[in-house]
Amino acid sequence: MSARMRTTILMILAPALILTLVFYVIPSVLTVAMSFTDMRHTLRWNYIGWGNFENITHDPLLPGILRNTLVYSFATVAVSVLFGLTLALATSFVSERVGTFYRAIWLLPRFTPPVVYAVIWLWILDPTRTGILNGAWLAMGGQRPVNWIAEYPMLVIVVVNGFIGVSIGMIIFYSAIRSIPTEYIWASQVDGASWPRQVRHIILPLIRWPLLFVTAYNTLSLFTSYEYILLVTGGGPFFRSTVWALYAYNQAFGGYYAQYEFGYGAALSLVLVVIGAVAAAFYWRVFGFNRMLGEPKIEVD
Amino acid sequence: MRALSDFTVQTQKRRQMFDKAFLARQRFKRRALVFAVYGFLVLVSLPIIVGYTWLLLSSFSKGFVYGIVPQTLTLDNWRFLWERPAPYYPELWSITWNTFLLAIGMTITMVIVSTPTAYAISRLKFPGRQSFLALTLVLHAFPGITLLIAVYYVLGYLGLLNSVTGVFLVKAALFMPLGIWVMKGFFDGIPWDVEMSALVDGASRFQAMYKIMIPQVMPGIAAISIFSFIYGWAEYIFVVTFIQDKSRWTLASYVNSVIGDFLMLDYGLLAATAAFYVIPVMLFFLFTQKHLMRVTVGGIKGGR
Repeated sequence: MSARMRTTILMILAPALILTLVFYVIPSVLTVAMSFTDMRHTLRWNYIGWGNFENITHDPLLPGILRNTLVYSFATVAVSVLFGLTLALATSFVSERVGTFYRAIWLLPRFTPPVVYAVIWLWILDPTRTGILNGAWLAMGGQRPVNWIAEYPMLVIVVVNGFIGVSIGMIIFYSAIRSIPTEYIWASQVDGASWPRQVRHIILPLIRWPLLFVTAYNTLSLFTSYEYILLVTGGGPFFRSTVWALYAYNQAFGGYYAQYEFGYGAALSLVLVVIGAVAAAFYWRVFGFNRMLGEPKIEVD
Repeated sequence: MRALSDFTVQTQKRRQMFDKAFLARQRFKRRALVFAVYGFLVLVSLPIIVGYTWLLLSSFSKGFVYGIVPQTLTLDNWRFLWERPAPYYPELWSITWNTFLLAIGMTITMVIVSTPTAYAISRLKFPGRQSFLALTLVLHAFPGITLLIAVYYVLGYLGLLNSVTGVFLVKAALFMPLGIWVMKGFFDGIPWDVEMSALVDGASRFQAMYKIMIPQVMPGIAAISIFSFIYGWAEYIFVVTFIQDKSRWTLASYVNSVIGDFLMLDYGLLAATAAFYVIPVMLFFLFTQKHLMRVTVGGIKGGR
């Protein structure tokens, strides 16, 4: 390879490499470094050894937060994968036009700005009789309006995130179902199989790979997501819906009780970074990403 | 003999009757299933339909009966278009402009970063190609949001805090792996004869890329542009974390602030500002969504 070619390639790759360096590599190193300091809003480096990690083991809030994180991640994954699958099956069963319409509806939450999505939920869950949920509750004979967010914070965050999570699964499963050769379906129809049996014996076995992928991918992204929790419950009441990632965020930037504990926040994030890195490596092996790294089509020497 | 044929006729009749009943039952079952599936779709989609309908209705009305039926229609909730909801709010139109800049900045960054990179890994052989490709895959799985605190420090160091540029660079960096993979899929789909013939005719690699390849991958560029624009426009967490200066706010911080000040007090205003924020992106999505369905990522067609 000529020197000129090498410079050209380097120039082509430079923007991506710079972005990777500035927003992935350096921040990863900084997260490790910061977690050994008691950095606050002044951003001064003051090395304190393992202090933050000792605090993590003593923090009285963390056992509850860890439990919230697990409940939130697994419940939301279960809801979004099962629901995504059901919707993919249902919309591939009905006519093309109707199916497209309902898939578009379920894509709405994903393309809505999070703040607007939160406004809708805050109204649905409104604790006075203004909200639709309390409207329905009172119409059905409820005695007084329920403060849904305060009473059932975990259920709220699972449902709110579930409605978002459904769309990925729905789209991927739907495409997977569509890519099943129609001969299989016809053959089974000739043999007299009903739709539920086709689903059970043909469709599900053939889409188990996307199923597995979506489950793994959703679980990891949920472990580290907190945007909608921050917007809808704010992690409250009193940390009852705070997850690990939100706690780390709040340590550094937390809204009304801003603490600017960058050091402690970084130490908390580091735990998630490590989990994320391990999970990424796990995908690598399980989903055979190596196979996607095939040789380029035109070789230039 | 006769008895036998009688018997045959009888069985045939019986079978026919049975078949009719059987088919009718099958048809009924099928119809019940169709009914159940439609019912299910309508029922589970109800919260979404009701929620978005309320958003629109509520922005044009005062007072509700049963939480959803508007009492009187009014334009009063949209007064924020010409006057500030409270004295300390920034001017709406410059905030809208900032939001647009964020979306367009992210779109341009995504296109100019992912297209050449994807071309290189799809078409060129160079040392480190495998590891570079592996890197983008790992980054795609890596939860970049966990680095938020350190990214805050980096942006501070670069002087990019309180700026829309800082936000769209971070956001583009997080979406870059996806963009590269989508574009790689499109480049891989072009038969190499096409490019080869250009090279044989004496075009340089650069000419082949810009004159032959780029026009062929326009659908891919369209898809990542649409995604980037929508996600840039919608961005919340980076905006409220990295931008405090009110003149640099985007609509996300604006609506967020309206939530903080008017939640439960003035749902009309809340709905109107939220509708103002979401309507442009909904229209944009409506007119462009047909371009999104052509995306292929690792053999999987569809969004995201």
